[in-house]
Amino acid sequence: MRFSFTEDQLLLQTTVRDFLEGECPVERLRALWQTETGRSPELWSQLAEVGLLGLLTPEAQGGMGMNEIDLVLLLEETGRAALAEPVISSAAVGVPLLRELEENALGERWLPRVAAGEAVLAVGNGINPFLSDAHVADLLLLPHGDEIHALAPTAVTLERQASNDPSRRIFSVEWAPSSDTRVCGGEEGRTLLAAALDRGALACAAQALGVTQQLIDMAVKYATQRKQFGVPIGSFQAIKHMLADLKVKLEYARPVVYRAAHSVACEARCRATDVSMAKAAAGEAALMAARVALQVHGAIGYTWEQDLHVWMRRVWSLELAWGSGAWHRARVADAVLDGLTPAESFGYSALAA
Amino acid sequence: MDLRFTPEQDAFRKEARAWLEAHVPAEPLPSLDTRQGCERHRAWEHELNRAGWAMVPWPVEYGGRGADLLQWLIFEEEYYRAGAPGRVNQNGIFLLGPTIMEYGTAEQKTRYLPKIASSEEVWAQGWSEPNAGSDMAAIQATAVVDGDHYVINGQKTWASRGAYADWLFGMFRTDPDSERHRGLSFILVPLDAEGVSVRPIEQLDGEAGFAEVFLDNVRVPLENRLGEAGKGWEVAMATAGFERGLMLRSPARFQNTARKLVELYRETVARGAVDPVLRERVVRCWMDAEAYTLNTYQTVSRLLEGGKIGSEASLNKIFWSELDLEMHETALRLLGARAELLPEAPAAKGVGGWLDGYLFALAGPIYAGTNEIQRNVIAERILKLPRK
Repeated sequence: MRFSFTEDQLLLQTTVRDFLEGECPVERLRALWQTETGRSPELWSQLAEVGLLGLLTPEAQGGMGMNEIDLVLLLEETGRAALAEPVISSAAVGVPLLRELEENALGERWLPRVAAGEAVLAVGNGINPFLSDAHVADLLLLPHGDEIHALAPTAVTLERQASNDPSRRIFSVEWAPSSDTRVCGGEEGRTLLAAALDRGALACAAQALGVTQQLIDMAVKYATQRKQFGVPIGSFQAIKHMLADLKVKLEYARPVVYRAAHSVACEARCRATDVSMAKAAAGEAALMAARVALQVHGAIGYTWEQDLHVWMRRVWSLELAWGSGAWHRARVADAVLDGLTPAESFGYSALAA
Repeated sequence: MDLRFTPEQDAFRKEARAWLEAHVPAEPLPSLDTRQGCERHRAWEHELNRAGWAMVPWPVEYGGRGADLLQWLIFEEEYYRAGAPGRVNQNGIFLLGPTIMEYGTAEQKTRYLPKIASSEEVWAQGWSEPNAGSDMAAIQATAVVDGDHYVINGQKTWASRGAYADWLFGMFRTDPDSERHRGLSFILVPLDAEGVSVRPIEQLDGEAGFAEVFLDNVRVPLENRLGEAGKGWEVAMATAGFERGLMLRSPARFQNTARKLVELYRETVARGAVDPVLRERVVRCWMDAEAYTLNTYQTVSRLLEGGKIGSEASLNKIFWSELDLEMHETALRLLGARAELLPEAPAAKGVGGWLDGYLFALAGPIYAGTNEIQRNVIAERILKLPRK
């Protein structure tokens, strides 16, 4: 029993943070809003060099052979930077899906390219009505009942859906399943789709932690600088207590997310419940952060020019992706109250008869 | 990160579980805030101590079991699962004990710790005064050196367990010219000393859980001071850190309440429809109890790796006190019209201890430093917002 990260894991987190602070400042995010794809191939290959894109890829296929415990801190950093690149669909969900296919020809072909940053994966799931980043994907993995199909971009028709988050690129997809596109189905398909849902939700939760941290940092900085009545507004208890409550919310979501990463990495019996707790808790902290940070900033935070809304909008889109907080909380309720799926009290139910 | 218990930890859990199953009283003891209940709880503590379970993480020489903090968490989980009695000497075992461990001299450790572990000496807290509540640095009670003694004068109030305790620990102004948090010392006072009078105060629940303590020329030896003279604030903050941060409210307490709440929810569903709003509140409570637990395991891992508990103790205090209140409030809403029934009411069967627990939980955001004070601490010391 050891609930902490290793020095190596923390070091990698710092590396990714420094990288993103240097290469992905908010000006660059805003510049990308104006581009056709909204994505940066240059940034993508840099992310591959840092090792983020192949973190979950087996070493034999050019990856780092690590797991979600290693990944969770890095995803947190991508949230803090409001990175818009498709790290979740490609690296956090797509890679392990390909890796876990029983018939692994598809994985053999694609995993090395994905790890190297030469290919992007888009992964559909019943929980998400729209497919994100389908326009830059080299391979689309789409569900059809309990089947998973692999399609080339040329085999689908995309209709872009404008999103409130200018960094988001989401699409409705028209496509036709066939025996040629079918990768797997039945029990295997259901297992992989369920795992994909949990991995996507976990990744969103991790990013939400980072976004929350960033919003707290911005609000604290502003409250320290901004003076009214001759003093910094951060000296007023009305401001202090809002931010203190937010900090409580964040620090009690954080270990829930880390535990969920552990449950995914170890294929724990209660994985689904643990992940849902994480998605609900981190999403709620992030939603609160968006409100509090805006309130602390006042009118200036309500402008398009101020950067606050870059992170506020990310909060809102993360809340919707891979199952809303309400959906995940309902899943926990089904497990805990109705016993539909496994749930355990950490420690307390250990060795329970 | 490895969140699995080791075989040794599992064995420890089994040992604790087996002992508790064999020894926990079948019937709940009377409230520890009554004369008779206090004695019954003290007898239970003696039994725990004889078997070496009273203070699991303390060194064996001081009456402990020499276990680590993870084992302490495991013990607490088993303790609450077993429905074992409340800890009558919690002020001693969870607050003063760790403080003596950190600041006490060798003599003080030998003198006090074993009797804390055995509850031969039950402790009360003596922080607040009529004019020093949240503003604890406004303490006025004095302790003046006279030869090899302090002469103490003043009044302490809201002294938890004061009514039936043997000793009181608290802060007194040892430098009469000092202001605020300078010039205070942390002193241990026997409540049977000449010049001490204790007046129990009835709490919201009608029981004498705390007391006023009047000190009139009370003489205590200088060696009853814990830590350096004039450094009482520092010692007190360490005590408060233990209280808010870790020991006073182990996660199992809330997981146990959450489990009972889930049971109550299921019973209520079996009796008829339950408002979906209450369903959501119940599951939120369960999730928050888990979050509190996970956060504590994270803290304990950090401590085992050489870290310390600092201001983040204030995060904990807010979280557990509000969670406890929310769990009990949710339970009362589930009980509906039966929520007002006292245990002696003929129709009270199955109502459980929720009302009593609710009244106790209402104190949570007030004691151990009000939650408003904790928010100030978080804002100023963790977030580094300006004090002025």
